Amino acid sequence: MSAKIPSSEITPKHAYLTRRDFMKAAGLAAGGAILAACATPPAPTPAPSNPQSGKTDERGDPANTYEDITNYNNYYEFTTDKEGVARLSQNFPTDPWQVEVTGMVRNPGTFGLEDLIKAHPPQERIYRLRCVEAWSMVIPWQGFPLASLLRAVEPTSAAKYVRFQSIYQPQNMPGQKEPWYPWPYQEGLRLDEAMHDLTLLATGLYGGELPAQSGGGIRLVVPWKYGFKSIKAIVKIELTDQQPQTLWNEIAPHEYGFYANVNPAVDHPRWSQATERRIGEFSRRDTLLFNGYAEEVSHLYADMDLTQNY
Amino acid sequence: MKKPTPLQILVHLAGWLPLALLVYNFLTDNLTANPVQAIEQRTGLLALNFLLLSLACTPLATLTGWKELPLRRKALGNYGFLYASLHVLTFLWLDYNLNLLSIWRDVGTKSYTLLGAAAFLLLTPLAITSFPHWMKRLGKNWKRLHRLVYLISPLVAVHFFLSQKGDFFNLQGNILQPLIYAALIALLLTLRLPAVKRSIATLRSRAQ
Repeated sequence: MSAKIPSSEITPKHAYLTRRDFMKAAGLAAGGAILAACATPPAPTPAPSNPQSGKTDERGDPANTYEDITNYNNYYEFTTDKEGVARLSQNFPTDPWQVEVTGMVRNPGTFGLEDLIKAHPPQERIYRLRCVEAWSMVIPWQGFPLASLLRAVEPTSAAKYVRFQSIYQPQNMPGQKEPWYPWPYQEGLRLDEAMHDLTLLATGLYGGELPAQSGGGIRLVVPWKYGFKSIKAIVKIELTDQQPQTLWNEIAPHEYGFYANVNPAVDHPRWSQATERRIGEFSRRDTLLFNGYAEEVSHLYADMDLTQNY
Repeated sequence: MKKPTPLQILVHLAGWLPLALLVYNFLTDNLTANPVQAIEQRTGLLALNFLLLSLACTPLATLTGWKELPLRRKALGNYGFLYASLHVLTFLWLDYNLNLLSIWRDVGTKSYTLLGAAAFLLLTPLAITSFPHWMKRLGKNWKRLHRLVYLISPLVAVHFFLSQKGDFFNLQGNILQPLIYAALIALLLTLRLPAVKRSIATLRSRAQ
């Protein structure tokens, strides 16, 4: 499935950057009344300063604003403070960017981001992102299917998994100086998951470049898995026959599994995964199996016990 | 009414200012893209800080001889309860919209929220009995009852630990901040052990 949105529907940036200003004015004017206002779902198109871009996911839910997407980031390489990532990543160099593709492939190589974009023209994909912390967003990415790159490098028949590695650059990523994490970030997918059409290498956001805080130069987006699987700032992709070690699995193996499929019936050991808060909404909503992509991906896990392979 | 001391003024300012700031940030939409979680986390951390400050009064008084400190213990503890109440209220109402099933799925089955709930339930009688007439009514038992804080504070420390993504046993993940809090609480409780107290008193009398 690929959500096709004509470019005429893309909202100019100034239109969606105004939400905070609008809220500030409303907050100061309305005072305590804002509490009551928050309890009702946002109206579809109330004001000229309406931050909604008109973009929706295939279920009809509106995309989150550019401001929310780029100012609420789980990116421990910079800081564990979600609001602090945007500031700390301001000067992070994402251009030029190179990705090495290596391992069990016939055509290994190191590719510049621009060459990748030329070879695999990005398309818009509006995906839900469900964080393991039980919040979620709807995000309009630009990117190309990972499968398209993999087909070009031709995995050998021995390749069973894809391993991804983020950039390690402690001089530009203060969080990487912390000794509590086994940097660099690494993630992995089974080859069939990696080849699935939903699995995206994202190079842009809201029609623009992919900002550093959202994972630029280039990042993975696997919409049916918890957000931590969607590794950011990728510099290395390696085809292998071994299940790759992943960062969060190394930190807490009983809490963060290799598969990490969104599943309301399989709790995190410390909290329930049955519900989530969509950023911008007040009440919780039910979490969907495979984050709402069950029809597309459940066949990948047909014979698996999802409580064991969490 | 007696004139308030500088420390007293400081304690009450410290108690109310964070709440004023929270309300201001809420009204100006400066509570992140996820305000409910931000309120939850901020009130929780404030409760922990005030609990810690109230625990620090007695040992600090022993160390420094500043006799006014223990008198402010109760107010600090009550501010701790204020923020703990806001924290619990946020969880039940703003976060879970009083949805009992959802709340049960978390509180009833997960040690993380269970510990938090236990700490709050234990803290509640301490706040209720902080009024002077209760002190009189309970006599010696008042002090006994309020020793519950020695149980509550470690519960809160573990609850905070579990709220962070990290693993205590292999010392990985987001654990620095919870470790510091746990260490401070352990220190403040250790300073209360009779043997430790005695040796501090001896040291002080020698120093004077």
